[in-house]
Amino acid sequence: MKTSVVVFPGSNCDLDVVHAVRATLQTEASLVWHEDSELPEGTELVVLPGGFSYGDYLRCGAMAAKSRIIGAVRKHAERGLPLLGICNGFQVLTETGLLPGALLANRSLSFICDYCHVRVERNDTPFTCMYGKGQVLRIPIAHYEGLYFLPAADLDALEREGRVVFRYCSPEGDVDERFSPNGSLNGIAGVTNTRGNVLGMMPHPERAGESLLGSSDGAVLWRSLHKWLEGSLGK
Amino acid sequence: MTFLVKILIFPKEGVLDTQGKAVARSLKRIGFEALNDVRVGKYIQVWLEAGNEAEAIAKAGSMCGELLVNNLIEDHRIEVERCGL
Repeated sequence: MKTSVVVFPGSNCDLDVVHAVRATLQTEASLVWHEDSELPEGTELVVLPGGFSYGDYLRCGAMAAKSRIIGAVRKHAERGLPLLGICNGFQVLTETGLLPGALLANRSLSFICDYCHVRVERNDTPFTCMYGKGQVLRIPIAHYEGLYFLPAADLDALEREGRVVFRYCSPEGDVDERFSPNGSLNGIAGVTNTRGNVLGMMPHPERAGESLLGSSDGAVLWRSLHKWLEGSLGK
Repeated sequence: MTFLVKILIFPKEGVLDTQGKAVARSLKRIGFEALNDVRVGKYIQVWLEAGNEAEAIAKAGSMCGELLVNNLIEDHRIEVERCGL
């Protein structure tokens, strides 16, 4: 699985993603600078990592969404190949319009850096095909702007279309406002596009890739992508 | 001609404005109990060249549409004044 991780000024989870992918799959993962206009040839997975691109100025992800590399990222997604935005990467994806919604300041108005539990709502996506449906994952979050927002009618449509992939929950898997650390509407922690090949998520799977880190639940996401790509590309 | 464009951006009605709510709570706590609501937004000044005021407004509108404003969550207002009169 050839992975390209985009680096914006202020990205700080890029190397973590490279490490997680390499350590989990022993496959190639490389960094791509935001001013490049092409992705490395043969790129199968693109990751927009977490961090504070452009210092979170104006709106989180707004300026990164206008980077030169985004044209190539968009084309990659249009080809049906997987595109993953983690944390700030998720914010960038909403700002590009590749995913619906916006990430607002946490309800608590504080930066939250903690483990949380999320429930896998769909396991028919490239990112989740090796998880069980309803499986509860323990993955850390680290953000100030993570409250997923969509106007009511759009939110209903998103739910009807089953585009919520991860939802904050209790350790037992119950979804309730109490278990949404940031106040996200409907406890939404991750959403996908209609086609299912673009995923944005606030939790950091790259920080939960080895039991040494406290949880290895995130590693299955990379394995899922690997398996899905092998199947779909007929390798 | 140089114009100063003033762009006022604020959260849309119905968008949870956590900051505004926190500020409202604090204002009430220090005695300003008669307030109904507070919304916190931002104010951007842009100095630009344009042939006339309408053109300056049009340019500012494009800036808002392409980068400065996220229409899903924000409303905005543009005011223009000519500089160096």
